[in-house]
Amino acid sequence: MNIIFSVLRYDPESGKEPAFQDFQVDVKPSDRLLDVLVYIKRNLDNTLSFRRSCAHGVCGSDAMTINGVERLACKTLVQDVTQADGDKVTIEPLKSLPLQRDLMVDYTRFFDVYRLVKPFLIPIEQPDEKENIQSPEDRKQFDDPTKCILCASCYASCPVVAETNPEFIGPAAVVQASRFVFDSRDQGLEPRKEVLDDKNGVWACDGHFNCTKVCPRGIKVTKNINFIKRKLKKDKE
Amino acid sequence: MNIHKHEFDAVIIGSGGAGLYTALEASRGTSRTAVISKVFPIRSHTGAAQGGIGAALGNLEEDKPEWHAFDTVKGGDYLVDQQAAVILAQDAVQAVYDLENRGLPFNRTPDGRIDQRMFGGHTRNFGEAPVRRACYAADRTGHMILQTLYQQCIKNEVSFYDEFHLLDVLLDGHKCIGVVALELATGDIHVFHTKAALIATGGFGRMFKTTSNAYANTGDGLAVLARRGVPMEDMEFFQFHPTGIHGMGILITEGVRGEGGILKNGKGERFMEHYAPTLLDLAPRDMVAQAIMSEIHAGRGAIGDPDGDDFVYLDASHLGREVLEKKLPDICDFCRTYLSLDPVEKPIPVHPTAHYGMGGIPTDIEGRVLANGKGDIIEGLYAAGECACVSVHGANRLGTNSLVDLVVFGRRAGQHVNEFVQQASFGTLPSDASDFSADMINRVLANSGSQDTESIRNEMKRIMMKNVGIYRRGDQMDQTTARLKQLREAVLQIGVGDKNKAYNSGLLELLELQNLMDLSLITAASASLRKESRGAHAREDYTERDDTNFLNHTFCQLKDDKLSFDTKPVDLSVWEPKPRTY
Repeated sequence: MNIIFSVLRYDPESGKEPAFQDFQVDVKPSDRLLDVLVYIKRNLDNTLSFRRSCAHGVCGSDAMTINGVERLACKTLVQDVTQADGDKVTIEPLKSLPLQRDLMVDYTRFFDVYRLVKPFLIPIEQPDEKENIQSPEDRKQFDDPTKCILCASCYASCPVVAETNPEFIGPAAVVQASRFVFDSRDQGLEPRKEVLDDKNGVWACDGHFNCTKVCPRGIKVTKNINFIKRKLKKDKE
Repeated sequence: MNIHKHEFDAVIIGSGGAGLYTALEASRGTSRTAVISKVFPIRSHTGAAQGGIGAALGNLEEDKPEWHAFDTVKGGDYLVDQQAAVILAQDAVQAVYDLENRGLPFNRTPDGRIDQRMFGGHTRNFGEAPVRRACYAADRTGHMILQTLYQQCIKNEVSFYDEFHLLDVLLDGHKCIGVVALELATGDIHVFHTKAALIATGGFGRMFKTTSNAYANTGDGLAVLARRGVPMEDMEFFQFHPTGIHGMGILITEGVRGEGGILKNGKGERFMEHYAPTLLDLAPRDMVAQAIMSEIHAGRGAIGDPDGDDFVYLDASHLGREVLEKKLPDICDFCRTYLSLDPVEKPIPVHPTAHYGMGGIPTDIEGRVLANGKGDIIEGLYAAGECACVSVHGANRLGTNSLVDLVVFGRRAGQHVNEFVQQASFGTLPSDASDFSADMINRVLANSGSQDTESIRNEMKRIMMKNVGIYRRGDQMDQTTARLKQLREAVLQIGVGDKNKAYNSGLLELLELQNLMDLSLITAASASLRKESRGAHAREDYTERDDTNFLNHTFCQLKDDKLSFDTKPVDLSVWEPKPRTY
């Protein structure tokens, strides 16, 4: 297939505003969009810059906005975004994070709010030896949020972060918090209440569900946020 | 470009499992520690590891560290340094409990203990039958380990320098003075004056055309040290994981076979019956990969074309939807995403993929880097993880032993670093510390740009895959070595189209290619020298293992464009080498 890839370019050293550049490439329907970007970089324009590593959807490096939707470039096949010869595919960096160069964005804020929720085990007690006992049922309670690879797709897709409340810690931080809040070995909500039970914490979420739709790991992001909301309400009663 | 200077007691280069665990140990007390990494820590390739971490907990059936150590030694075709294997197996038990105590979300048995599954080459009672030793977290054990260790580093306030690329190590004779790195965000050079530096830069599978490895795995730690005269050990031993998605190299974990998945040829036969009658599909990886290639060469692949792009099948359809979705969910996801195939319904097309370097930077059991085959130490220089060669994996690594290696030897090295920096003194930082690095970069930026980079890269990957892959032959390896020397020269003439300071990924890719080129040359040359077949090094012209002449480690030095070789004896203190059958 012959497809036009319209890629947003931005060179901070040029003094120019971001602008789209079109690349016409012969591709197979099963090619990953990451394969296309690598091809463009290595054969057509060596200055094209983007983050990538594992190339199979587990490291989270190559989250970007493809045809207006947040996706991992390595998990998106050409056939997922286009069917016909001559079609155009638009590739842009993630929204809501400052632009660094081309498809690279500044993750500082994203990682700062992640750290706010104390994303590490705060144990109830340590076993004398060997492992904490945890039943398969208890293990299941927090399985969903353990899948998070901190790619920022959900954060970038969130209209609250983008427009109504940029101070919102964002869906990923809440998912990371829920991984510990519902882990039977952890002290849970208490040590994290201050940051979660806040107008910029879980209460900023309006239930748009964009995060759930775009999560490349299939995490029920909104559901996790609602679990925390429910727990906070229940604890107050 | 600007030059910045920093002073730390310890600097760790690499933020995967080994780097992060070392950081946790090294940063105890008052030690000033920094981790530098060319990717954000959670992007490290440890996160791609799937199947499990091996430890003789004995939660489902009787197991002993002694059995695990023996399996490791035999799995490595007796090239393993046996005390290292004993330490690995013994320390593995507490290491796994520690990880769990730090929050690792292992799958659980009905009575709430860490669940374990079977894995290739892991047996009870010295080879009697497969044993359930692999502690796992779905099929994303590496992801869980990486996340847990990074979380602990946040808790312990470890300092990170993210997106810094290693350029050089500063040595004064056999003493480490510091390291030099490129800050990708600015193009500036940073000199880290340090008492101890630990290299944990991971693997180098990107030498090969089809690999499970990330783009970032370009063996930077190895190449930087090699450039300064440190020899590389056992580089000829590169593992091809039997089951990568055909055409893509994406890994399908051995855990599928651990849960009962079966390999079938084009005729639907379970061909492992002929190659490993006892362990069958759970034979060690080198044997399974070689078996697959033998089937394909004999015309029994799925297509039946020995010279074509053939493959075999991994059939997990009989395991049932529940087992697959619960224990192997990521595998299901990969198959559906990339092959439009549901492993519940259909068998998966697989082909061996370049996966793991058993060789690397030579170290002792404390992680200290060796200057030569005699065992002289480079004071203050350490290595751990895939980039290091202790040697705990010998000629072939067992599945689940890498994650154990990271935490056991990462921890040991970290503890040693912590003690070392209490009493060590800083070396004197020379005034021209950054010159070598600055010159290297300026040369690349000044060379006139060329599009040849990609064709050189592709040729390197292609000839390495074909001639220094699963089956090797002397004349082909020698041709490859000669060609690699030419390609290497050509790479040094290439310029970069991108002249920016900030985020110059073109520059980074070219520096990485230079590294891969050096390591390819060392690998091909080391492979050519070893005239026997052992573990992952299988030769068509020398098909037998030769303990008389080759029961030793290869040391290969590439200094000033000259290759030189040495050997180091293998530690055989516990088990006598025997024929390796399963």
